[in-house]
Amino acid sequence: MTALAALIAGKLPDGRGRFGTFGGRFIPETLVPAINRLEAGAKEALADKEWRASLDAELASWVGRPTPLTHAPRLSEAWGADVWLKREDLAHTGAHKINNALGQALLAKRMGATRIIAETGAGQHGVASAAACARVGLPCIVYMGSIDIARQAPNVHRMKLLGAEVRPVESGDKTLRAAIDEALRDWVSDPEGTFYLLGSAVGPHPYPWLVRELQAVLGREARSQMLASAGRLPDVAVACVGGGSNAIGLFHPFVGDTDVALLGIEAGGHGTGLGEHSATIAYGSPGVLHGCRSLLIQDDDGQIIETHSISAGLDYPGVGPEHALLADTARATYEAVTDAEALDALQQCCRLEGILPALESSHAFAGARRYAEKNPGSVILIGCSGRGDKDLPILLEAIDMGGK
Amino acid sequence: MTAADKLTAALRSPKKAGRPAIMPYLTSGYPTLDGFAELVESVSEVADAMEIGVPFTDPMADGVTIQHSSHIALKNGVSLKWILETLRGVDNKAPMVLMSYLNPLMRYGFEAVVRDAAEAGVSGFIVPDLPFEECSILRESADEAGLAVIQLVTPVTPPERLKMLTKESRGFVYAVTKTGVTGGKVGGGSVTEMLDRVRAVSPLPVCAGFGIRSAAQIDELTGHADGAIVGSAFIEALGRGEDGATWLRGLHG
Repeated sequence: MTALAALIAGKLPDGRGRFGTFGGRFIPETLVPAINRLEAGAKEALADKEWRASLDAELASWVGRPTPLTHAPRLSEAWGADVWLKREDLAHTGAHKINNALGQALLAKRMGATRIIAETGAGQHGVASAAACARVGLPCIVYMGSIDIARQAPNVHRMKLLGAEVRPVESGDKTLRAAIDEALRDWVSDPEGTFYLLGSAVGPHPYPWLVRELQAVLGREARSQMLASAGRLPDVAVACVGGGSNAIGLFHPFVGDTDVALLGIEAGGHGTGLGEHSATIAYGSPGVLHGCRSLLIQDDDGQIIETHSISAGLDYPGVGPEHALLADTARATYEAVTDAEALDALQQCCRLEGILPALESSHAFAGARRYAEKNPGSVILIGCSGRGDKDLPILLEAIDMGGK
Repeated sequence: MTAADKLTAALRSPKKAGRPAIMPYLTSGYPTLDGFAELVESVSEVADAMEIGVPFTDPMADGVTIQHSSHIALKNGVSLKWILETLRGVDNKAPMVLMSYLNPLMRYGFEAVVRDAAEAGVSGFIVPDLPFEECSILRESADEAGLAVIQLVTPVTPPERLKMLTKESRGFVYAVTKTGVTGGKVGGGSVTEMLDRVRAVSPLPVCAGFGIRSAAQIDELTGHADGAIVGSAFIEALGRGEDGATWLRGLHG
């Protein structure tokens, strides 16, 4: 059985946490018992109908699921396509991140954790974790790179209001990657009582699987909403990819629908040279970072290279192992769009649809627009993964709004 | 006798009898590239074995001291290729083990790194992000060349797993004396109790690491550990400009 057939059959990750040659569990020995417990606890919880019902009830009444599928008539007209938006920007706390944060927080509670740690880039996962921890009644510590703290200030204040402690990370590249390093160091220090609420579909097994399972709700909803509203499945599903949690949530339920193209959009930053982008699949090579084998942006010595994106949530040198497999098997394609293209698409979406998407999500819009140019008349589903209110400080600098 | 066996033997009969063997950790290329070969040579006169660190941009098991030394070494331009070439030219008087995160080794290629490490006089590998279940990628080549892949055990390793890891280790068993990252300080009954548990099941010498900084701590380990790995405190001394060999002699009290 090929890796793709195994994926479609629901057999991946395998017993060793692999998606083909990607994934696995490359962690310090100190974390092995904790990761084993997490895997057992997560499998048990996800197979427990009662627990799933309590998660679904919280997703409905507290997160506001299902989120709508919105037809975008004016973008459709402008692009010469039929454009539909899966509105994760309307989920509680403003992005898809809450689906995973709530699920893992409930799992942590069930497993008897006394303390939750999380990392965040754009701050969306941090806010979602802070909110979910408040909801379940667990203390929450969020590691955030000092560069991201400066560029995503509104989210830092939200986390604090929600009762979380935000710990600035000054080491490494001072962005998401360093925040994950620091969260792992924290976890190694207290592997028995601490639950690491990882925010993307990356990291050691079981995280890529667990995050996918908790995010797939958005893809399942979108699939049935497309059938109900458009009367058909889309020609393509488009999502932005940093670590890739919203993209895997959107893609996964469509993997077996081989007529539906899957298009992941990475952050092309402002150039194709090392350090100018965060487009891991476009420009990366296989390696191990943060506990899993996937594609990485690295140099010839296996050192990780600093990345760039205007969007903090995509500014990461790795990508989830399931995306690496989807790319390897050509079931999904991945392209990069630049900072400028994302900013342009963001403004177009604002003006034509009255929706301010997050900078991350704007990459998906820019990628979808490019797809529409090449495939006129196609039906396009875009994962609008979050709202852009948090990006106002960056937008004020990047866009001329006619005087201050 | 393989290189791994020689490492085991060196740890069983330390230069200073009656005390644990001393294994300092050096960050390759720190504090300078130019002085590194000479530093390794002079330290090898005093040490019973040496842990040669390969700097990595994302050292997730390391505390601030080794994060910093790794950062400086990378800025100095160190690479795994440079390290192995440099070690090949060193007249070392103590076995060396390479301590590296997985990605630089993977990038270099496992067969190639085993071959070049063996040629450079390296006896084995410590890879902090390579748990036993994943280690065959390195171990197959290493076993063939007689090099050790050293397993780590920790205070939270369950008894059955402890037995398995000490059996599967080669060269020695690395007992991580505390949960957490490198650096800080450990001591007291919980450490010696843990080491006694490890030693009771281990067919190999047991070396204690993480948080060991002083002669007094090493005194406490006597009879409980076969060796003491001194990392962050040694790197701090090098950072202050102290002579490495002299500082290490001080560990003998």
